[in-house]
Amino acid sequence: MHAVKNTYYVPSASYWPIMGSIGLVMAATGAVTALHNHNSQYGFYLLLLGFTMLVAMLFGWFRSVICEDAAELYSRQVEQSFRWGMAWFIFSEVAFFGAFFGVLFYARNYSVPWLAGSGDGVMTHHLLWPEFQGVWPLVENPDPTKFQNPKWYMGAWGVPAINTLILLSSAVTVTWAHWGVLQARRLQIILGLAATVLLGSLFLYFQAYEYIHAYQELELKISSGIYGTIFFTLTGFHGLHVAMGTLMLTVIGFRSLKGHFSPDNHFAFEATAWYWHFVDVVWLCLFVFVYCL
Amino acid sequence: MRTGERPKGVIRWITTTNHKDIGTLYLVLAFILFFVGGSMALVIRTELFAPGLQWVDPDFFNQMSTLHGLIMIFGFLMPSFVGLANWQIPMMIGAPDMALPRMNNLSFWILPFAFLLLASTLFIEGPAPNFGWTLYPPLSTTYGPDSTDFLIFSIHLMGISSIMGAINIIATILNLRAPGMSLIKMPIFVWTWLITAFLLIAVMPVLAGSVTMMLMDRHFGTSFFNAGGGGDPVLFQHLFWFFGHPEVYILILPAFGVISEILPTFSRKKLFGRTSMIYAVGCIALLSFLVWAHHMFTVGMPVAGELFFMYTTMLIAVPTGVKVFNWVATLYRGSITFEPPMLFALAFILLFTIGGFSGLMLAMVPADFQYHDTYFVVAHFHYVLVPGAVFALFAAIYYWLPKWTGRLYNMHIARWHFWLSFLAVNLLFFPMHFLGLAGMPRRIADYALQFAEFNRMASIGGFTFGIAQLLFIVVVIQCILRGPRTTSRVWEGSHGLEWTLPSPAPYHSFAIPPKIE
Repeated sequence: MHAVKNTYYVPSASYWPIMGSIGLVMAATGAVTALHNHNSQYGFYLLLLGFTMLVAMLFGWFRSVICEDAAELYSRQVEQSFRWGMAWFIFSEVAFFGAFFGVLFYARNYSVPWLAGSGDGVMTHHLLWPEFQGVWPLVENPDPTKFQNPKWYMGAWGVPAINTLILLSSAVTVTWAHWGVLQARRLQIILGLAATVLLGSLFLYFQAYEYIHAYQELELKISSGIYGTIFFTLTGFHGLHVAMGTLMLTVIGFRSLKGHFSPDNHFAFEATAWYWHFVDVVWLCLFVFVYCL
Repeated sequence: MRTGERPKGVIRWITTTNHKDIGTLYLVLAFILFFVGGSMALVIRTELFAPGLQWVDPDFFNQMSTLHGLIMIFGFLMPSFVGLANWQIPMMIGAPDMALPRMNNLSFWILPFAFLLLASTLFIEGPAPNFGWTLYPPLSTTYGPDSTDFLIFSIHLMGISSIMGAINIIATILNLRAPGMSLIKMPIFVWTWLITAFLLIAVMPVLAGSVTMMLMDRHFGTSFFNAGGGGDPVLFQHLFWFFGHPEVYILILPAFGVISEILPTFSRKKLFGRTSMIYAVGCIALLSFLVWAHHMFTVGMPVAGELFFMYTTMLIAVPTGVKVFNWVATLYRGSITFEPPMLFALAFILLFTIGGFSGLMLAMVPADFQYHDTYFVVAHFHYVLVPGAVFALFAAIYYWLPKWTGRLYNMHIARWHFWLSFLAVNLLFFPMHFLGLAGMPRRIADYALQFAEFNRMASIGGFTFGIAQLLFIVVVIQCILRGPRTTSRVWEGSHGLEWTLPSPAPYHSFAIPPKIE
């Protein structure tokens, strides 16, 4: 329950942010070192250490927030700040995916047709790669010596269609769990969340299966031209978000077991549900634009 | 740390959650990087003082112009205006602090590390990034030096910092306004920051995505920007400028806000056309998403695209014209006094407008074919950023510094700072218009003999401008250490909630929100 307060809670000094900054810069330095010296383990360890610090920071930071909430330091207004924060964070994620969808549209509608000689690309086509056909999905690259052609592209109606069903049903189960929170039905919360986590994991399992299939049988790789590039980056970043969302749902599940959420105070639950729906919508766009069209 | 505990010394600054402490940190970092980036500009101006190669080799010259651009934009201008936002927004809307104070600390403390990472590129083996701040492939992918990867991750870190900072600012403005302060009653500076923060959240992720693509093209064999795999180097330019054009409004909109706060105070009149000012800023922000390709008219776009981007770009002149008109109308029949903030604000109107006009010239496709990648472009964007954004920043600091410190500064030295800067900045950048029109390309270390005179003038202007900025540091330090005490209102014509607080403003601005009539 929220007590009625007329002061806004300002947390006192905290070590978590500086830990986060140091973790981030260590991870970045480690990543670059690992990319430059493939033989040395040093960069990889630094990357790992940075990530460990980041995870520890997130754990400690959220723990502080949960304790402060339990101590009833937060007013309705503080919760509203969290709501705006999460909403705009999701908006920034939309912009991030927007950039990659932009690449897909540009490649399909401009760069590939131009390279194949349409519009102003007549001379480009003639001088660079006169053999290039430019059929989407691109299984024949302009320069196959540099970017090896895949055998075939990824169809829509096998694993991807199943994954679509899985994610859509997980949106239903998470909403069902939310109704459980609103009506304080413990069993419904736990079951709903467990089902959602299960469906999320199943999605990831099928995606891993699909990637192996792509690499081994279709020889479709991230390095096999713009189709492979955009296929693996879009589905890959989406998959990372599903993994992140599944992790968040798991944490929320454990917190539900501990009885952290009440019908009128459960924003952490709602934020996770928002995030999950966002991930779901991105997948729908992916399914339509990457697989179907 | 226990509740209410306030550590001392360095730990205070590292762990603080206070908007004033964090605002100060932002401003201090910004001005350190201002001098770092400025020194790089002086390396450039030293080499260009005379034709021929005298001081640095062309590769180092390119590294300097790349880092100068990146540091001035991401290290100086953006953090300095975020610093102003941190100090001012809670005080101007009657809030106790920022909405998410701990995250505020994280947004700041990522930055010093990001810039250490960027600066490290100068000291590791091989050249620092040398392809210009616009990072165009294939110079940054196929031909980019190893240090490019540090640059990429440094940009990721800056992006994380900016997005969190912007989320915090939006949450503060939307959620922490004093009761009775409707959006339309909100101070203009706060309005401009609300819109700026929206732009930041919309475009920083696009930059992050674009540099991620660069990274993958460099290391994972993707072909985003490689035509051999069906990609396109021009695609990077589209993505970059989809970020880059809103970015220039991110730099200038808060400056518009500052000017709109200062002019009424020293004209002792209300801001003319207040509501239209808000709509104008909104229009500029929305249009900024539809104009990006005017940076790439010569890249070989379909004619329909060139026309579209030409017209949308010219359309921006309408809301900008509304703003300049309203500023001038605010001055009309006011009882004007010329304190340092006002001097900088007036110079802003005059010189920013020159930059705006050269922007209109560049917007015309056939004319741009001539101007593209010449010093005319350099003159244009330096006019909007230096006597534009930077002058607005000085105006803001001279305006609010007495509120922050509780002390007045030496107006005499501040006036010297203004006049020297004003004369030097014109000597520095005005000749560049002529150089560009005569055909001198940008980003070169050597040039033909006929450009010598104007380049010499510009270099003298550059050094004068650089030295003049030391006066600013003198003024600020003197003010903090031993300026005379001042009142809570400070200026005769001051208006707004921040002036109801005592000077210096208390550690927590408004513990209990004030009532707004």
